Amino acid sequence: MREVAVVSSAVYQVEALTFTTDVQLMVPLINEARSAVGLTQADIGFTCSGSSDFLAGQGFSFVQTLDAVGAFPPISESHVEMDGAFALYEAWVKLQVGEVDTALVYSYGKSSPGSRRDVLAVQLDPYTVAPLWPDAHAVAALQARLLLESGAVSAEGLAEIAVRSQHHAVGNPNALRASAGATVAGVLSEPVVADPLRPSDIAAESDGGCVVVLAAGDRARSLCERPAWIRGIDHRIDAHALGVRDLTRAPSAALAAEKAGARDDRLDLAELHGPTTSQEHILTTEMGLGADTVVNPSGGALAADTLMAAGLVRIAEAARRISAGGADRALAHATSGPCLQQNLVCVMEGE
Amino acid sequence: MTDQDVTGLPPLRADLVIEYPFIRTTGPVVGAFLTGLREAVLVGIRRADGTVMVPPVEYDPVTSEPLSEVVEVSSTGTIVSWTWVDPPRPGSPWDTPHGLALVLLDGADTPLLHGVLVDSPDQVATGLRVEAVWKSERVGHITDLVGFAPVARDTLEGS
Amino acid sequence: MTDTPLPDEVGEGPPIHLPPSISDVEPVLSVRTPIRLEYDFIPSAAAQQYLRAYASKRILGNRSPVDGAVFVPPRGVDPRNGVVAAEMVDLVDRGHVGSFCVTHLPIPGRKDLPVPYVSAWIHLDGADIGFLGLVAGCAAADVRIGMRVRAVWKPDAELGATAENVLHWEPTGEPDVPVAEAGNRAWALKQAATGGGDGA
Repeated sequence: MREVAVVSSAVYQVEALTFTTDVQLMVPLINEARSAVGLTQADIGFTCSGSSDFLAGQGFSFVQTLDAVGAFPPISESHVEMDGAFALYEAWVKLQVGEVDTALVYSYGKSSPGSRRDVLAVQLDPYTVAPLWPDAHAVAALQARLLLESGAVSAEGLAEIAVRSQHHAVGNPNALRASAGATVAGVLSEPVVADPLRPSDIAAESDGGCVVVLAAGDRARSLCERPAWIRGIDHRIDAHALGVRDLTRAPSAALAAEKAGARDDRLDLAELHGPTTSQEHILTTEMGLGADTVVNPSGGALAADTLMAAGLVRIAEAARRISAGGADRALAHATSGPCLQQNLVCVMEGE
Repeated sequence: MTDQDVTGLPPLRADLVIEYPFIRTTGPVVGAFLTGLREAVLVGIRRADGTVMVPPVEYDPVTSEPLSEVVEVSSTGTIVSWTWVDPPRPGSPWDTPHGLALVLLDGADTPLLHGVLVDSPDQVATGLRVEAVWKSERVGHITDLVGFAPVARDTLEGS
Repeated sequence: MTDTPLPDEVGEGPPIHLPPSISDVEPVLSVRTPIRLEYDFIPSAAAQQYLRAYASKRILGNRSPVDGAVFVPPRGVDPRNGVVAAEMVDLVDRGHVGSFCVTHLPIPGRKDLPVPYVSAWIHLDGADIGFLGLVAGCAAADVRIGMRVRAVWKPDAELGATAENVLHWEPTGEPDVPVAEAGNRAWALKQAATGGGDGA
């Protein structure tokens, strides 16, 4: 397998972008990530992005966002209607093929103009579920109750996850929900909003974007003092219909972690894309993360969850910590679909 | 990054409504489920291991074997998980706060997602026995089922 | 492509066995499941400026910091180079037809638009790309690439921050722009002369 690494990244997440288009959001971010390693678009072998037309309210919206890249003269490009982490997977495959040595990956989501929790209902079965418009919070709540009533975790256990996220998010400029003073009692005193979930159990919705630059082999070494080498990356999927799955489990997350080599050695940290505390608990369990692994040092998706970018942000956050020397081996995770249906795991190491 | 308008005036804004007026063909399996709804009957599909999935799907989600045996299940079942939706969501068939539940119908092995027609979350619980409430005029649509209501005590005793 | 025939049973599953309760009734074959999504759309800062200026019969564009190319409407970026284009420039309300289309089918809800109507890429003097408008004031058959046109604005009292302020573009009677230099041909010539748009 060809050595491929994250050599640069840029992240920007805020509560709402009002006057900034997707293009205007991505121009400075893409330039930041490229110029950090001295690259221009002419040096990029392959460009891949992730976004959703349902957020933009515009068909094929990604073709306009390509304006932010500088796509002329014509570039080699692709797009997925998925989180940017899955775009990164496509770019990684392209690098494995060996035709290119560098890749630019980006994704973005500006959900504030619409109602994100309702937009997400249209990903459900269009015949028997979507016409009922169960919103994303309600669907996650059905899963959370099953988890709680199975005895796998207590309400206090979920609150501890929320508190840990809020503590870790302090100092993260891209976190919307951060508090050094958050307590379990404080979280448990919040009224439920999607019974049994409380506000702190549900990810803080953000607008934003993320850019990652990948490079292979010696090219990566020449661009970055300490590249975050991708040692394994895999994504797996469970059945779509909510009723046919055991919602307290995520076998696809466990399998992706195994295939990516997560359990082969100690992990210093894991950045998990769990849009609720209950989902983060399921992920931690399925991947077998132990006490010696710091979970979500950035605060994770609970602190700021940009739809279509939150998974790529996890890769950027984990890679940045490796490149900065604070970690040697890290796991990053992205999810897609209702109730953790699809899961991608990327394991990275420093040299 | 500056997310500002240089005019200093209140922002121009416009409502943007996207509508997809889908008419979907159902195929024979989903069609059977919707036909059942129109006839006030709930049906599922039997898998090779004998378990019954409601709603029915064309292919086994584990083995991908084509499935073909549509079977009737009860209109009464048990809540296996629930939440409370307040306010009701735009576009949903309910215009007042309501429960939303996974209901395991008697004779089924997978739960169906639908509304619970009670006035407050105090009246919903996992394990609650519920029965289907039907619209009087049905067309073959998931909303032919208004939702599920707690099984009346006398009905329970009579069963 | 090969000549391999498609299997006879594409999309066909096994015969479906129905329970008695639904076996002798008219089967449901289709279902209406409309999706409606509502957004509160706020234009970008550049578009806000553009629309407000448009309400007073000014047309704004953005100038590229890389090679000076002017884009209308302004989007705040140079799309070829992926850089911020913050400079606003005023454009005149006249130009030429870069390309056009004659439509003979009415648009539902647009009774004010008799067929045939002509939609066209209007290339304003001083702009490097065209933007969409209607051409009227002459027979549809007389519209041609390179034809000089000017804006016919709504009455002042009806102007607003909307793209509808120009009713249509009408011929000026000036000599045509040669076809070889009209519309995107001019753009391509300029790109070739400056060595493409890589801006490096």
